[in-house]
Amino acid sequence: MSDTEFEGIVESPWSGGASPFAINSKKLGMWLFIVSDTLTFSALLVSYAYVRLASPDWPRPFEIWPAIAKSTAMTLILLSSSLTMVMGVAAAHRGDKNKTLKWLGWTMLFGALFVIIHATEWVTLFGEGVTPWSNPWGVPLFGGTFFGLTGLHMLHVTIGVGYLAVIAWGFKKGKWNADHVEVSGLYWHFVDLVWMFIFPMVYLMSVNLKG
Amino acid sequence: MSGHANGEAGSHEVGSTGLFMKVWVWLLLFTAVEVLLAYFRLHPAIMLTILVGISLVKSALIVAYFMHLKFERLGLFFLLVPATVFCICMMLLVFFPDSIRLMNLRPH
Repeated sequence: MSDTEFEGIVESPWSGGASPFAINSKKLGMWLFIVSDTLTFSALLVSYAYVRLASPDWPRPFEIWPAIAKSTAMTLILLSSSLTMVMGVAAAHRGDKNKTLKWLGWTMLFGALFVIIHATEWVTLFGEGVTPWSNPWGVPLFGGTFFGLTGLHMLHVTIGVGYLAVIAWGFKKGKWNADHVEVSGLYWHFVDLVWMFIFPMVYLMSVNLKG
Repeated sequence: MSGHANGEAGSHEVGSTGLFMKVWVWLLLFTAVEVLLAYFRLHPAIMLTILVGISLVKSALIVAYFMHLKFERLGLFFLLVPATVFCICMMLLVFFPDSIRLMNLRPH
């Protein structure tokens, strides 16, 4: 893997400052970014969970069909995109350029599909009068937290698709190597991970079973 | 994908296609359990606890296998995870006792 270039420099975990984690600086940088982004999303999710539990009249607008079915499908798409991403990283480390590009292509396709389905859902909600500032149920915090959380996540997915496109282009040109693909994979899996919290906390906590 | 659990001469590849598929299937199963839970009318606090619990297991799977943290130096784990968990616990410490108190103040 990516630590080949450091072999010989680091003989024990305590051998000094050369490379204590035996990873390249790109990867360490991405990991540190992920930690800081985790705390951003945690703050949003914790404050959402706070108002969700503290509000007795929290709306439950998501019916099993179509809202929950749609968001479950989106979860499936994002999980599958993570699988194709790992395949891409594995292929990149084997030096198999065509397979890497193929798997990256699938990952981008799944990511784009996720954003499109999500966007149609937003449009439906706008049609029902749900906006970030107001909604028919008189709990403006619902829209604020829903669009805040899903919006920031959707922004991450959109940036991720662009990021992967740039990486795929550079990898094809021979400009960048497997380490770059692996680091972009870390970002992609993180975006998947965040959705694993948003989906149950935002959607499944507001299921409307009466319908 | 051609090779399975092979070392691929010279490469440091960790984790095989089979392993990643297995993790993916587990993630789908956990998701299915979460969606199933939505059909029961559980108390919001209990529902939230179970859902977040399952999501934590799912994210641990993603971080360990998909993000390769399991195959990195232990030092990297100690650099990243304890500080993150500590910060999140600080947020929970401030918010949660109060939200549960507010919930129990409800007249019903």
